[in-house]
Amino acid sequence: MMFRALILAVALASSASTASARDARSDAKAQVEFGIKVAQNGLWKEALYRWEKAVELDPTYPAAWNNLAIAYEQQGNFEKAADAYQKAVKLDPDNLLIQQNYDLFKEINDRTQRRRDR
Amino acid sequence: MTARSVAAIASLALCGSLACTNFYEIPIETPIQPKMDVSAFQRVLVAGFIGGGTDEVDANLETVRLLRSQLRSKSSLRVIEAEALPLALIAAKQVLASNGAAAPPQDGASESQQPTPVPQLSDADQQIRNERDLERYQGIFADAEFWKRLGEEHQNPLIVTGTVLFTPHQERGMVIQERERIDQFGRRTVQPVRTLMERKGFILTPKFIFIDGRTGATLYSETFREEVLYNVQTNTPALSSYFELMDKLIPSFLNALSTQKVRGTRILLK
Repeated sequence: MMFRALILAVALASSASTASARDARSDAKAQVEFGIKVAQNGLWKEALYRWEKAVELDPTYPAAWNNLAIAYEQQGNFEKAADAYQKAVKLDPDNLLIQQNYDLFKEINDRTQRRRDR
Repeated sequence: MTARSVAAIASLALCGSLACTNFYEIPIETPIQPKMDVSAFQRVLVAGFIGGGTDEVDANLETVRLLRSQLRSKSSLRVIEAEALPLALIAAKQVLASNGAAAPPQDGASESQQPTPVPQLSDADQQIRNERDLERYQGIFADAEFWKRLGEEHQNPLIVTGTVLFTPHQERGMVIQERERIDQFGRRTVQPVRTLMERKGFILTPKFIFIDGRTGATLYSETFREEVLYNVQTNTPALSSYFELMDKLIPSFLNALSTQKVRGTRILLK
């Protein structure tokens, strides 16, 4: 009896955590989508805020990190952009679009770095 | 184009054909922060350059004109309109004076406005053909008193000066040319062929020096090198080559004192 209750409790807890992860992803997704809309209208600060929220809600969401990195890049915040791109690549290493964004960013970042070192 | 970007484009095309709407291409402008803090200055004086390399282009005057026009349109600093200093001559006089070959150097800043008796300088002193010739005159850039006096005359602006060497260059080397061939079936193909060729052009080596007009101290300096080579039969005027090479350097020059934006596109994901 006790054993059954224990199994039930574990199953309930695991399904609750899966549901909460699903909720977090869907909330983060809503923020990401809203961020895309405002970024397309040139409102990058608002987009940045939305994508920061998205990664707070779901830190395992690669698209949110990718978009956040782009917003940092647009603002000239290269250090934060590099961090965000690295997280996106780590979470989804096979995503060629993220990798392409990161490569383009690195090209500019390296060039700037070289000039500073000169 | 790298294999990775080819793969990315292919995946974009595939996604597009499947009406996939999980990504959005968006234009971005990445701001590159200036290399120097010029917030203390409201005005900029492109004073003049020690130029040389060829007689076909007056590197001093052309560089002064070009940088002033670029700064007028692409920086927030007010550009001071003044006569370009004959810096090579001033520096040569300083060299002669320090060697005891002539009278003590005059105030270089005021020399440009009220000509004083010029020591007799041989042509050789004024002919700058290469970097070694330039080295003799480099001392002027460390003469803080000279630049401070010039700064005082123009209400302490940021001063832009330096050296510009624009030298003709000719070399023989392998180049890849595309050669058209028509096979026995009348099909046209283009093949890259390595050919040994004589080419001529120019090398532009400017050094931009930014000086604080309040103290005469050098704030920042940067040297560039660009070259262009053409087929020997091509007759390109020296001035066109000068502008072609300068066009490549101008963004870097401007980025020393103002934020520049790099345009590009990125892919937003859902």
